[in-house]
Amino acid sequence: MKRRQRRRLTATLRLAAAIAITGFFLFPVYWLFMISLKTADEIYSYPPTWWPAHLQFNSYAVLFKDGDATTVWNSFVVAGGSTVLAMFLGTLCAYSLARFRTGGENLANWIISQRMVPPIAVVFPVFLLYVWLKLVDTYVGLILLYTAFNLPYVIWMMRGYVNDIPKALEESALVDGCTRWQVLWKVVFPMCRAGLFATAIFTFVFAWNDFIFALVLTRTEVATYTVQVTHYFGGQSNFWAKISAMSVLGTVPIFVIVGFMQRYLVRGISLGAVKG
Amino acid sequence: MSDVRITALHKYYGNVHAVKGIDLEIPAGEFTVLVGQSGCGKSTLLRTIAGLEDADSGTVEIGTDDVTDAAPRHRDIAMVFQNYALYPFMTVYDNIAFGLRARKTPSIEIEPKVRRAAQMLAIDHLLERYPRQLSGGQLQRVAIGRAIVRNARLYLFDEPLSNLDAQLRDEMRGEIKRLHLELGKTMIYVTHDQIEAMTMADRIVLLRDGQIEQQGTPLDLYERPATRYVAGFLGSPSMNFVNAQIVAWDGGLAVRVDERAILPVPAARQDTLAAWNGKAIVLGLRPEHLSRAPAGEAREGVTRHATTIALVQPTGARTYATFRLGDAEAIAELQAHDVSQPGEPIELAIDMNRAVVIDPSTDRVVQ
Repeated sequence: MKRRQRRRLTATLRLAAAIAITGFFLFPVYWLFMISLKTADEIYSYPPTWWPAHLQFNSYAVLFKDGDATTVWNSFVVAGGSTVLAMFLGTLCAYSLARFRTGGENLANWIISQRMVPPIAVVFPVFLLYVWLKLVDTYVGLILLYTAFNLPYVIWMMRGYVNDIPKALEESALVDGCTRWQVLWKVVFPMCRAGLFATAIFTFVFAWNDFIFALVLTRTEVATYTVQVTHYFGGQSNFWAKISAMSVLGTVPIFVIVGFMQRYLVRGISLGAVKG
Repeated sequence: MSDVRITALHKYYGNVHAVKGIDLEIPAGEFTVLVGQSGCGKSTLLRTIAGLEDADSGTVEIGTDDVTDAAPRHRDIAMVFQNYALYPFMTVYDNIAFGLRARKTPSIEIEPKVRRAAQMLAIDHLLERYPRQLSGGQLQRVAIGRAIVRNARLYLFDEPLSNLDAQLRDEMRGEIKRLHLELGKTMIYVTHDQIEAMTMADRIVLLRDGQIEQQGTPLDLYERPATRYVAGFLGSPSMNFVNAQIVAWDGGLAVRVDERAILPVPAARQDTLAAWNGKAIVLGLRPEHLSRAPAGEAREGVTRHATTIALVQPTGARTYATFRLGDAEAIAELQAHDVSQPGEPIELAIDMNRAVVIDPSTDRVVQ
């Protein structure tokens, strides 16, 4: 009897701790949503208003009416485009590195080192290059740059997943009548599906969240939502409700994507972890 | 008519010379076993036949086609891998159908073929399952099913049974041999297990250090090994090797192990050994050629030898008894109740009619 009570107490404490920790991490998100729905007075009020008296959707309405919300679409296009491109190229490179020992022992290490370049170090040379190539403020320009920046990460991750596939599975397919391309499509991709999704999500999120590249390389046509947010910081006053509303618009798609992909995300990450 | 012909094949892995000039012809319809210790080049040879490894020099022909530079899919082969190589994301049915689909078999033909192959292997009730739901033996059956469902010209097996436990292995050995009889296809089977080689092969090709040590029927190799290596590799327990000398004895020749063991050479073998009179040799005796001496007169070529048993290992049907013979620990394969415990004195009959005499300088069997 006593033992059962103790066990129940432990379970309750654990649950309480889990709720507290989750609350701690989710609080900023909650606050962000609340600010976007408050009146200006409520935003500055002290003590703070935990729940607005009347939910204000004005900020959202303005963002859509003025067309500012299209910057979320721009983010989606450049993040999506660069993810598709980086995943395609990166997986092919990774397969080549893993299976044909392309570039010997060290090429893979060199590739991942490219990921460590600070964005600020390359963004201005790239800007000058893009001026010359007429790629500033275009989808193509941003997609190419994000692809270049994400490729090393994709290659590195996918190489690990490909290495985990038993070679015999591919050899068996080769003997059974497949070409290398068919082996990729019918065996390699399905085998590392979880890894593909997990890597794609991280790639997407990197491009989605990027600020510095978008700030320097866009003007008006393809400005992403992260750049748009900064437009609401004024010299005289900051439009906190708009800033929050824009941020919410930028946050929700990531929530949705991760929510749908959670299964793959957890499996993809732990796959890499097991290998050690 | 030979179905597979390998000529002067060489294969290197970096500095390692894995296959050192192999010439081999495999007749159509034959079950050939490539056997040898790990690192002898048997798997490399098989993989080169499959096209999974490129030959550095030499040629591989299958049927009348030179396939040395052909991709695996153009060689019309089917292969069973050691670790089954089943796709975990496909059902058993789709795994078996994979090769048919890859080769664009009309879909109406696929189902009856898959079902027939599954029936042959008694896995037709598992077709809707996934590999993770199957036991090791079932996985191996599926892997074999995936190979036999295709009407390939040549079937390759790369140590398919080495992941199974002993009992299952015995069962699958018979199964594969039965499949060979039913299908009548040319099959090449790689193993390091001499029992698999002996029991399954029409012909054994024994490889050592990247070269063919000897090839022939199982009993050929067992009874007439060309070298000490072959003699020691086949058979369990292994052949006993004892340092000895050929001496003149009683008007003929004898093998003198030590002063207590002088074994007259049978009349039929006197001539072949005449040149060895006075020279050192290695005497090879299989455990089953040592038995408990029967009462009465011994047969021609059989010598009585009194000794003491040092170790007794009963297996049920037989009992292995270890004793000292010259400078070696020898094992005799006795009837189950011939000896019961260590220290027992016993009189053994050594059958010299089947013994092999080995030249110690070359390790070749004197024939």
